[in-house]
Amino acid sequence: MARIIGGLTSSHIPAVGNAIEHNLQQEPYWKRFFDGYGPAKDWLKKADPDVIVVVYNDHGLNFFLDKMPTFALGCADIYHNADEGWGLKPQAPFPGDAQFSWHIAESLMEQEFDICMCQEMLVDHGFVNPIRALYGTLEKWPVKTVPLAVNTVQHPVPTAARCLKLGKALGKAIESYPEDLKVVIFGTGGLSHQLQGERAGLINVDFDIECIEKIATEPEWMTQFSNSEIMRLAGTEGIETIMWLVMRGALQDDAKIIHKHYHAPISNTGAGVLVLENQS
Amino acid sequence: MVWKTHDYDDIPGTYVFDGKVAHASYNINKMLFTFNTEECRSEFDKDPSAYCDKFGVTGEFKDCVVNKDFLKMLRLGCNIYFMAKIAIPRGTSVQDAGAAFQGITTEEFQAKLLKNREGLEERLAKVGGYWNG
Repeated sequence: MARIIGGLTSSHIPAVGNAIEHNLQQEPYWKRFFDGYGPAKDWLKKADPDVIVVVYNDHGLNFFLDKMPTFALGCADIYHNADEGWGLKPQAPFPGDAQFSWHIAESLMEQEFDICMCQEMLVDHGFVNPIRALYGTLEKWPVKTVPLAVNTVQHPVPTAARCLKLGKALGKAIESYPEDLKVVIFGTGGLSHQLQGERAGLINVDFDIECIEKIATEPEWMTQFSNSEIMRLAGTEGIETIMWLVMRGALQDDAKIIHKHYHAPISNTGAGVLVLENQS
Repeated sequence: MVWKTHDYDDIPGTYVFDGKVAHASYNINKMLFTFNTEECRSEFDKDPSAYCDKFGVTGEFKDCVVNKDFLKMLRLGCNIYFMAKIAIPRGTSVQDAGAAFQGITTEEFQAKLLKNREGLEERLAKVGGYWNG
């Protein structure tokens, strides 16, 4: 049977992709942020997953505002990255696992998550940058991928509580797949940031740290907040933090903390790397 | 017909991209979505005004596009991620826009962001268990 080894979180902002592209990881501005990925990379190498499920939001590459699925699952054997209009170089295509994806879609539907199935799906920086931060920049990726896109762009977006429930359903879906796959879940985006309005530039370090602590040990805590409350505390784009809960929900309640890293600012955001491992 | 109010309406200096905003800015966002493609970008560059007409981008929105007033574009409700597709290649970053919203320079905006870095290691050490270099 497929087994979830663990999960991790990563920022996915464009600046991370730019820094990797221009080899700035050891520049003073970036050093502490990228160095903090070291233990996460080591863990991932040791975990050696066959498939990663990447929970992210699209920023106007694959989905336009005409049809905006709340939750969309890639169900293909390949996912292409593409020009987003502002200069980040498209990366090598990412292999998928269609059979595994369709199983997840069926299981989620049985568990009353009415997911949008995508047989073609362009993956944008939200998906690509965490993979590059953790695996490097490769011509051939060593792992299969399943993209799971959450709408965090056009409100109404799903609640934190709903995302945690989706994670729990995702966990059941994955662990009911008959093949012996090792799976790791990436929860991307966040933490606090706001890109526009007079409050642009908001970072809430205290709230970010509290989110990391609670999502690790007591994720239900996050479900007390409405999306309005999260945006009040963490900024409009800080709402992306709800995607961490999809990852967290898929893991065991007593998942072990392997690594915690927080840095601010990275561009306009607070950035957190959390690695959690299921008890075997 | 009425747009209902929301708990987030009174968050200061904050504009949530919801149905009301997305509805009003649909055409401009649709036009900017095409900028993912190089051919569309060059067609736009040849005649911005005609390209706006093709997508029904009119009035104040069209003025913003033609005058490259990206900040006003955001104020009118254009989505930040779609705005980035026209603004970044023309030298206006998301940080430039953030700074302009506050009426400060981009350097001042970045300096404010960097204040979050102060004492970070100490704060994390106090909570405990964080990688700290």
